Amino acid sequence: MSSSHSELVSGLQQLFQKYPAKRSSIIPLLQEVQGHYGYISAPAVDAMADYLGVSASEIYGVASFYTQFKFTPPGKYVIQICQGTACHVRASSIILEALREELKIEPGHTTPDGLFTLERVACVGCCALAPVMAINGKVYAQMTQDKVCEVIKEYRQKEENKVGKEK
Amino acid sequence: MIAEDTMQILYERAQEEWSKIEKNTLPVVYVGSATCGRAAGALETEEIIKNLLIKNKKYATFVEVGCMGPCALEPIIMVQPSDGIPICYGPIKPENAEEFVRRIFLEEGVWEEKLIGVMSTDEFHGLPPITRHPMLAPQVRNVLRNCGLIDPENFYHYLAQGGYRGFLKALDIGADAVLEEIKKSGLRGRGGAGFPTWRKWSFARETQADEKYLICNADEGDPGAFMNRSVLEGDPHSVLEGMLIAGYTIGARHGYVYCRAEYPLAIRRLEIAIQQMYEHGLLGENILNSGFSFDITIKKGAGAFVCGEETALIASIEGNRGMPRPRPPFPAISGLWGKPTVIQNVETLANVSLILQRGADWYVQYGNENSKGTKTFALAGKIKRTGLVEIPLGIPLRKVIFEVGGGILDDKEVKAVQTGGPSGGCIPAEMLDLPVDYEALTKAGSIMGSGGMIVLDEDNCMVDIARYFLSFTQAESCGKCTPCRVGTRAMLGILERICSGKGEMMDILRLETLAQTIKQGSLCGLGQTAPNPVLSTLRYFRHEYEEHIKAKECRAFVCGPLISYHIDPERCAGCTMCAKACPVKAISGKRKEPHVIDPGTCIRCGQCLRVCPTIYSAVYRRSGSRVRYEPIKERKKKTG
Repeated sequence: MSSSHSELVSGLQQLFQKYPAKRSSIIPLLQEVQGHYGYISAPAVDAMADYLGVSASEIYGVASFYTQFKFTPPGKYVIQICQGTACHVRASSIILEALREELKIEPGHTTPDGLFTLERVACVGCCALAPVMAINGKVYAQMTQDKVCEVIKEYRQKEENKVGKEK
Repeated sequence: MIAEDTMQILYERAQEEWSKIEKNTLPVVYVGSATCGRAAGALETEEIIKNLLIKNKKYATFVEVGCMGPCALEPIIMVQPSDGIPICYGPIKPENAEEFVRRIFLEEGVWEEKLIGVMSTDEFHGLPPITRHPMLAPQVRNVLRNCGLIDPENFYHYLAQGGYRGFLKALDIGADAVLEEIKKSGLRGRGGAGFPTWRKWSFARETQADEKYLICNADEGDPGAFMNRSVLEGDPHSVLEGMLIAGYTIGARHGYVYCRAEYPLAIRRLEIAIQQMYEHGLLGENILNSGFSFDITIKKGAGAFVCGEETALIASIEGNRGMPRPRPPFPAISGLWGKPTVIQNVETLANVSLILQRGADWYVQYGNENSKGTKTFALAGKIKRTGLVEIPLGIPLRKVIFEVGGGILDDKEVKAVQTGGPSGGCIPAEMLDLPVDYEALTKAGSIMGSGGMIVLDEDNCMVDIARYFLSFTQAESCGKCTPCRVGTRAMLGILERICSGKGEMMDILRLETLAQTIKQGSLCGLGQTAPNPVLSTLRYFRHEYEEHIKAKECRAFVCGPLISYHIDPERCAGCTMCAKACPVKAISGKRKEPHVIDPGTCIRCGQCLRVCPTIYSAVYRRSGSRVRYEPIKERKKKTG
């Protein structure tokens, strides 16, 4: 077994310790793993199964039921487009369309440079400021097509500046 | 013997803490910093104000408070000068911060354009009280009593407002008397169904078991609703006190808060509040020496709408897929791990603490015959003053829309009001005099729901709204029972067909038949109510369905496939903007000459309409027999 794998396992075990080895810990453990690694990897599921004494397929069964859990690594910035009612009636579909065009990806996918993941979410609870989008949890209110493109450009610029400095 | 001395010391300490704010020597700046305020830039504004004050050698205390409600006026900043009464301003966006500091702190004046009101019941130096603001005047803030006024992370602030006196009273009068008080208050579940709270409690109380559980349902999943988030972010202790009272009454030893993971700030504030309760002996073993022991654990939801359903929520806490099971047995008899379990919504519990603090007699002055108290609503959609509002039950819907909400955006016509989210329905404009109570809304084909209230105007297509809700419930159906799993998909398919102009008249009958089957055959509330948006729009807006089917016409110009794009040669100046923007090169024409759209190539994306300069507004739309032009706006005069 490679050293990185054993590092991963010992890291996971540390995360698990906070929770009792009971079935009711499945969801908190999945949340903990995703919070730490950004997604649920296959080795993480195996380690969880060992810890809780249930089969890996049981864990997949629970994890795949809930929309929160991802099985592929997300981009550096996760863009969530709110699909709530208030956003829908204020034309959030145009915002999604603008992002699709700007990022050239479909919802649920990540840009090839690993920078942006586009997601549709049920409701972020900022209905009064619709339509909204959130990037890594920061909510952007009353979006328009132009504003969306500006925000994305800002993030790109920020990244370029960073790369520039490193060089 | 209850340890009243312990509480007495705490209340004295709380008075001290609170008077620091009331009798301030430095100005106090309250920043509305719930999620909505943050989205509007509250934290950036706060940062700029702080820096400018430091630069100008001015000093002030900053308090981050929860949501005041009028989200349309966010970020809301309240300034309490050293002589006492706070003055409320909004919106103070980051770009207004500099002017704000100059006017308020350097010139020590009032910024009238941004003034919302003074925090008092009377005029103050000629400034109007906040209670006279048109959005706030018709409201009664009971559940939201502390939101926006206290620091939600300060335990003493809640105590200073009479916090935990309801729990003390409960310990004092005993569980039977508490049940009687709740019964007298007429409180009904605020999660949507409106089941009498006292009955749920008495079932669980009467069931013999070695262990009972209390769950606070904070899995606010309705798209278009954020009432619970605001209460948890602005006043978490009011909910936790309600949990203590409920737990004590039913005889539970353990409580859970099941909160959406999408509400990180609410979860953090809950964690802080629970920690404070343990520190001050309000949770744990033998609370205040009363013999009552109680613990509260937070469970984060993982994004499944169906988990708002009681039995699915229980399955989720147990670590399973969040699928419901048939009832009976009801959770109050056999719930979490087979034990009697009471599940109450956030707002219900915030009401419980209030009822015990002020008494059922006081509580019943609000509301009407069958619906007592107040209800919070998340007012959103095509309305001028969006936000979180709280109104006495029984007032007419019209009052909520036109007085509290200030009417429709751009003074358009209201078409309908949607309540109850995906489980509710649309109430047409001609029925706006309906009182907001459980029975009236159900009779009209909608439901009270948890409090989402979305206002729709003439630009919203009712078929599209029905399709939207069905697409939501179809995606959220857990798949356990066939009527819901297959039925919602079949209904969605038909609605999509109608919206794309391929519907037939038989489809309406098919929708109605399917709706009945799904309503009667589904296992849980999600399926049983899923057809409501379709049924209520069919009931009041059948003509729109028929127009889509027969005339291939969408009167609101929403359903893309039923809309075609054209250029008016009289208006077109040949600026070429549309031809450049068209992704499929369907637009031809020479520069400075009218352009033409080739209907065979056009994919109806609407890009030409969006880029056509408003000084020409040459692109117009057609749907069936309807034609819609955009208004021509005059060129802005260049200044300077």
